[in-house]
Amino acid sequence: MSGHSHDHDDPDYSVLPSDPALRVKSLETLLVNKGLVDPAALDAFIDSFQNDIGPKNGARVVAKAWCDAAYRERLLADATSAIAELGFSGIQGEHMAAVENTDDVHNMVVCTLCSCYPWPVLGIPPTWYKSFEYRSRAVVDPRGVLAEFGVELPEGTSVQVWDSTAEIRYLVIPKRPEDTESLSESQLAELVTRDSMIGTGVISPPGDSNDD
Amino acid sequence: MNPESKLRAGFRVGETPSFEEPWHAQVFALTHKLADAGHYTWPEWAAHFATALEQARLAGGAVDGSDYYDVWLETLEALLVKLDLASPEEVGNLVEAWRQAYLNTPHGNPVEIAHD
Repeated sequence: MSGHSHDHDDPDYSVLPSDPALRVKSLETLLVNKGLVDPAALDAFIDSFQNDIGPKNGARVVAKAWCDAAYRERLLADATSAIAELGFSGIQGEHMAAVENTDDVHNMVVCTLCSCYPWPVLGIPPTWYKSFEYRSRAVVDPRGVLAEFGVELPEGTSVQVWDSTAEIRYLVIPKRPEDTESLSESQLAELVTRDSMIGTGVISPPGDSNDD
Repeated sequence: MNPESKLRAGFRVGETPSFEEPWHAQVFALTHKLADAGHYTWPEWAAHFATALEQARLAGGAVDGSDYYDVWLETLEALLVKLDLASPEEVGNLVEAWRQAYLNTPHGNPVEIAHD
């Protein structure tokens, strides 16, 4: 213990955050001091993303669409309004569009330019969604990408790739798995995976252990 | 390392989407709240960010998304300079103040800097 410098390993002093962490903290300090942002609002925003906003929201939308034909129609016609019916709304005023998987078409979502994502219904995007690999390959080789996710589509099913923008975000309504007629809407919602709503997954029937 | 293996490495089935580091959440929230306050529109932000991501990739940046929030932070810093909301000097001075505060605050005590 030399004691003349306080670094990460010195147990007596606070751990120095990483450079980007210090820069964000400093930006926040500056903007709060200037009255440009409200620290309480920042905390509330982060808290909502860590506790309330995530793929469970989208799963509720999907399960309702499976169970309620009138809701499904509204969702396909005006997803922004239909999703707002369940209390989920865009955080930057973006519009939502719902695209439905069928035997004929499988929908898959990407944002080729950055990583625009339907936050209100899916939360924070997974790392792979933000990767250049996914952003560049989803459009040119969607079947190859799907195969890497373990998704094999029948030959007769075409793949439609939707490129999200800052103004419009897509939610995939996956196909309802077979043999789920007896399940309630909330039980169905538990089957819906995040990846299935991006279109890089399909939903396994209940009890099938292929999907972990 | 072919691109496929890099891509597959990122495909974690069942991965819980969340912020990997607290500062990711903080910069995400700051960016949204500044847009909410009307300092820029979300499409303006997205256009800047998309350009920065492409520049980072062309400069040899990560292709697996691991530098996503680093580029996000650089984009926000540059945008705030452009909008005259935060100069590099102001931010730099605060970075140094926070750094010193962390280095000089005994463990367990709240880390604070003097307000202007």
